[in-house]
Amino acid sequence: MDPATFLVQCLNALQYGLLLFLVAAGLTLIFGVMGVINLAHGSFYMIGAYMAYALAPAFAGFAGWGFAATLVVGLLAAVILGLALEWAFFSFLYERDHLQQVLMTYGLILVFEEARSIALGDDVHGVAVPAALSGSVTVGGLMAYSVYRLFISGVCILLAAAMYAVISRTRIGMMIRAGASNREMVSSLGIDVKRLFRVMFAAGVALAVLAGMLAAPVSSVYPGMGNQILIICFVVVVIGGIGSVRGALAAALLVGAVDTFGKVFFPHAAGVLVYVLMALVLLWKPEGLFKAT
Amino acid sequence: MKASIAALAAALIATAASAQAPKLKVGLMLPYSGTYAALGTAIENGFRLYLTEQGGRLAGREIEFFKVDDESEPAKAVDNVNKLIKRDNVDVLVGTVHSGVAMAMAKAAKDNGTLLIIPNAGAVAVTGPMCAENIFRSSFSNWQPGYAMGEVAAKRGAKKVVTITWKYAAGDESVGGFKEAFEKSGGQVVKELSLPFPNVEFQPLLTEIAAIKPDAVYTFFAGGGAVKFVKDYAAAGLKNSIPLYGAGFLTDGTLEAQGADAEGLLTTLHYGDGLDNPRDKAFRAAYGKAYGMPPDTYAVQGYDAAQMLAIGLNATKGDVSKKADFAKAIVAAKIDSPRGVFTIGANHNPVQDMYLRQVVGKDNKVIGVASKSLADPGRGCKM
Repeated sequence: MDPATFLVQCLNALQYGLLLFLVAAGLTLIFGVMGVINLAHGSFYMIGAYMAYALAPAFAGFAGWGFAATLVVGLLAAVILGLALEWAFFSFLYERDHLQQVLMTYGLILVFEEARSIALGDDVHGVAVPAALSGSVTVGGLMAYSVYRLFISGVCILLAAAMYAVISRTRIGMMIRAGASNREMVSSLGIDVKRLFRVMFAAGVALAVLAGMLAAPVSSVYPGMGNQILIICFVVVVIGGIGSVRGALAAALLVGAVDTFGKVFFPHAAGVLVYVLMALVLLWKPEGLFKAT
Repeated sequence: MKASIAALAAALIATAASAQAPKLKVGLMLPYSGTYAALGTAIENGFRLYLTEQGGRLAGREIEFFKVDDESEPAKAVDNVNKLIKRDNVDVLVGTVHSGVAMAMAKAAKDNGTLLIIPNAGAVAVTGPMCAENIFRSSFSNWQPGYAMGEVAAKRGAKKVVTITWKYAAGDESVGGFKEAFEKSGGQVVKELSLPFPNVEFQPLLTEIAAIKPDAVYTFFAGGGAVKFVKDYAAAGLKNSIPLYGAGFLTDGTLEAQGADAEGLLTTLHYGDGLDNPRDKAFRAAYGKAYGMPPDTYAVQGYDAAQMLAIGLNATKGDVSKKADFAKAIVAAKIDSPRGVFTIGANHNPVQDMYLRQVVGKDNKVIGVASKSLADPGRGCKM
């Protein structure tokens, strides 16, 4: 593998890993801090992608800013959706056992998929890459890397940094970390856990929706896309350590790299490599790379 | 007295009922959810369109439908097909899109002797080692479009080709057909790239292609994966430097989503736009009127599945238990399809023209015949 190819493959791995991180971050927080197994998390990714598709015509008149407007409106809608879902459904799940959580969130998957089918049909759709980002950078020979993919990576890195800052430097971040390690103690210290959870849940939904919107132009939108990403994101969460955002980042990058280079070097085993990685990590560290702290 | 009147009434009702042949039970096992949901709907629409044109009856028998959503999920296929065969007792099975699911259906059909018409899934084995008197296909075998494209690629001067597909039966068989024809004509497949179904992270493999720099790329993808692959191929800057050849599913029902990235792509399939025969024109008009959208390849396959059923039923006066007569009639028939007239080979797979098509705007324009009356070799089929 020559250096240019290697460089592009590294960029591929990084971009895929970072996108996984956006979805997995919300999943790990909801799982680790709130104790809810949220199977519907992949649906939020799907909703994001379909929103990017459905909202695009509405903002087509905004010259170069249509995509940015879509992102802003989509994010607002995501936060509202997150708050509403937490109020209506998830707030009843915290004290229930995992079976009930799985049943309800699985039900939500069916509801979201059916709603999507009724509202937008079962066809595959493409979303145009915003004009300003549609070019590509030549790396050498036939090798080119699309600017939009660099943009995705950039946004993800910014968000990861912002999340790090919020979680490790702010008061709400302190509460989240405390909540992850000992929920009862946090509430007995007089912190409004209910409100904290609602905000966190909405943030988790918003991250997944944003990932879906960002991915839509490169991944196209299609039925069942949420379930695909959900499975791989659970792998990320388990490898990274449940509840740890830092762990999710490390695990997502690891999964991205294993998946990318696995496809190149071991094409016949590409389907299982990620799960082999998970098994190895769990043998070595049964609680994942980073235990929630 | 009262009792005898009741008996008379009962007898009358019984004769009235027996005068009319019982309804023919047709089990539709198609994907109504998931990636292939739109395909399942198109197949059913096509099937029903032919039925409507025949006044709702085939060989004088009314049709009663039983539907199961197979979710394109091979793990659930055996349960699903048993629901139709054992619970609903259907006379005819029609399905499905996904090859893995179709294999399970073929196995069940073979074991139970239920008639099966496959309106899409191209698994070679179904009309190969697993072939049976009561199993038919109205679509294609995966080998066919691949083989036709292999001839085209060689004719267009490609020497070194890379193939890329999902690592599952349909992909392997399509690439196998391509390789067979291409290497027979002196070309060489230098690398066979694959990724697990239905994974759509193509980026690392596209980078591989750019590093290998072949004369052309042959690919088999369908549905959402096809959309993403074509867009990624263009975004990686490969579209203008390395020609992309595909089995027709690459650009079927996906052009709206692929947009300009698909423009000019060459694919091979047994159907396309602008065929310009009266049968196709009439079919398109009728389909458009009935469903408010243009038909696609899948709709044609559903339509022809109904035609084949009608041919068999007419030959047996509606008696599906006469399997040998049923099969004989279908193999002897010239089926007047919107795709052009085709016949059914000894292995019960269509013998048909493979068209070379080019993407022009939102159409897969037929620009020629890639392979005339191409028959699947039916390797391993003993009937």
